[in-house]
Amino acid sequence: MKNCVGMLLAGGEGKRLGLLTKELAKPAVPFGGKYRIIDFALSNCANSSLQRVGVMTQYSPLELNKHIGNGGPWGMGGLNSGMTVLSPYTAQNGGDWYSGTADAIYQNIHYIDSYDPEYVLVISGDHIYQMDYRKLLKHHQETGADATISVKPVSWEEAPRFGILNTTEDLQIYEFDEKPKKPKSNLASMGIYIFNWSSLKSYLLDDAANEKSSHDFGNDIIPAMVDDGLKLYAYLFEEYWKDVGTIESYWEANMDLLDEDLQFLLNDKNWRTYSNESNIPPQYISETAVVKNSLINSGCWISGTVENTIVFENVAIEKNSIVCRSILHPGVKVGRNVVLERVIVMGDTDIPDGTRIQVKADEEPLVIDQESLLTAKV
Amino acid sequence: METMMGLINLEHEHHFFHELTYFRSGASIPFAGRYRLIDFPLSNMGDSGVEEIAIFTSSKYRSLMDHIETGENWGMGRQNGGLFILPPDWNDPADISKGDLRFFHNNRDYFNRGKSAYVLVSGGQYVSNTEYMDAFKFHLERKADVTLVSTQQTSLNSEHESLFRIEKDEAGWVTKITNDLENPELFTSVYIINKELLMSLVNQCIAHNKDHFFVHGIKERLADLKVQTYENKAYGVFVNSIESYYRHNMNLLNEDNYRALFYKKPFIRTKIGNQPPTKYRTGANVKRSILGNGCQIDGDVEGSILFRGVSVEAGATIKNSIIMQRCKIEAGVYLENVILDKDVHVTANQKLIGSTEKPYVVAKSKTLR
Repeated sequence: MKNCVGMLLAGGEGKRLGLLTKELAKPAVPFGGKYRIIDFALSNCANSSLQRVGVMTQYSPLELNKHIGNGGPWGMGGLNSGMTVLSPYTAQNGGDWYSGTADAIYQNIHYIDSYDPEYVLVISGDHIYQMDYRKLLKHHQETGADATISVKPVSWEEAPRFGILNTTEDLQIYEFDEKPKKPKSNLASMGIYIFNWSSLKSYLLDDAANEKSSHDFGNDIIPAMVDDGLKLYAYLFEEYWKDVGTIESYWEANMDLLDEDLQFLLNDKNWRTYSNESNIPPQYISETAVVKNSLINSGCWISGTVENTIVFENVAIEKNSIVCRSILHPGVKVGRNVVLERVIVMGDTDIPDGTRIQVKADEEPLVIDQESLLTAKV
Repeated sequence: METMMGLINLEHEHHFFHELTYFRSGASIPFAGRYRLIDFPLSNMGDSGVEEIAIFTSSKYRSLMDHIETGENWGMGRQNGGLFILPPDWNDPADISKGDLRFFHNNRDYFNRGKSAYVLVSGGQYVSNTEYMDAFKFHLERKADVTLVSTQQTSLNSEHESLFRIEKDEAGWVTKITNDLENPELFTSVYIINKELLMSLVNQCIAHNKDHFFVHGIKERLADLKVQTYENKAYGVFVNSIESYYRHNMNLLNEDNYRALFYKKPFIRTKIGNQPPTKYRTGANVKRSILGNGCQIDGDVEGSILFRGVSVEAGATIKNSIIMQRCKIEAGVYLENVILDKDVHVTANQKLIGSTEKPYVVAKSKTLR
């Protein structure tokens, strides 16, 4: 994808993830035992042979910037490729935070222009999915569209929560409906767009000059393009795609990794999920351990019972403790005689002996960190 | 501040690894679920402030090169210094050197260019997580010519037979280096030597037609040199045969040993890979075992070490075995006291049983059906 620059929006605060995004941007939230949410989008870029990717960070960017580095783990550290972290900046004529998704791209026009691409791929860093962007680009070229938006059919009940695209039979878009009360279609925008750069650039410039605009792709840019009669097409994506916007959906998407039918998410040799690797010793499973239907990462020392659980690196679980349907982030220490069920434990939390936290199946999984553990006295 | 440059000398290392070294050097044998033997000297040198390391190796070094790459994983891929694999490349028509002295003679540039005045030398068979800064300090304080790192082993086994033993006087100066099997003070193959002295001993050895730097340059010249010992008290073992390899892997299943060797920071570094976390399925029953990432477990695993990416199907049993990278163990297989080298595929319902003294070894990439 030489003639295409990828722009990854990773500034999301992820308010509905509560404690999980207290100190982290949503794309940097740990996921799947060793990854961060953004790794799926980054790996898609790598596997689609995208050579230039700008990652726009804003909210609590430290962890994210550290994680991404020069993009080496995603094969972007080469001579003709690169991943660049694009933070908001000030220049002679001022400067400001990114005020919307379109504004984030607008403020980085010079970055995109420096590669003089034909196309720009805009994606976000907070979804779990595996997509070959080359197929999307091919579709875009074949339809001769000015813009192509990837869509996922959702259930009609869910449709009002999404930005819905109303299309003709051959998937040409005639209307964009943001969170419609009465949806006319169930094709939800996945927030993945391909634009002809020259066309997008002129819309970005106009949009930036418009004081009434919210500078958002869904609200402003796409409707303006539709109104002007540009050719916009939907690209149908029917494979696994999960928005991890809430604690419940974050928990579910993690549990999906344990599903035998979804093993390709981490185990497809032709579509690897890459992350920033470190040198940690192999896991130790002791004499007293029971481990079933779980994912366990390096550096773990397991002496208790673990079932249907995702365990990140450097976690210790001591004897006579039971952890099930839970997610333990890096460095968590679980003492003895502990019971955890449907709990998400944040990094480096020490759970004292005898702690019991069980969340019922119909309640939202509980997120705990050291501080909430102390104040709640559970 | 004084610094050391590193040298890992694999020439003259004897070993009895049989199948495990058909296609690789002893130093690149996989160890403990994700490492290779060379990771220990490389990491220990890095932790001793060494910024450049040369490796003398004469054959089967392809796997070594593949493993080490630029040395970046051990912090050696930097602007100054770096990691140099130096295979035999003799181009000097006037060269009369023999044995490992050929390596020294043909790589004089490495020593001359390095800014350090001291050289930390190591072999590739001593497995320990330690650093040699204290030994270096001791070397400088006592104004020694050479400091040999030694270790006392509580029990002496077959792997120790070929090792040198150290005798010293009351002040700690080495008086004799022997093969006295009764002497438990073993030479680890790690030593610190002043670089200028090293080069002049190399010249003398070559001038006298010698073929083994340590034996002729140091061991036989103890009377002329100030040679002392420094005892390494950290956990450390010697691995130079299938039997010692198997035993020392199995010893790591003892929690204290595993913690001592691997859960002590800084961690031993190795080549990083890209594997998902290990997946335990509903049929998994794993006890007292070490597992690398990327495994898929649906069977019984007990007292074993599984490297990265091993798959164990439902109803398979693995006991007291070492299963290297990407092996595939099909349903109903029974393995006990077995070492499977990389990429071995055992098809359904087979039984392989070795003994603890003589584990059953299957060479790389074999399919057993």
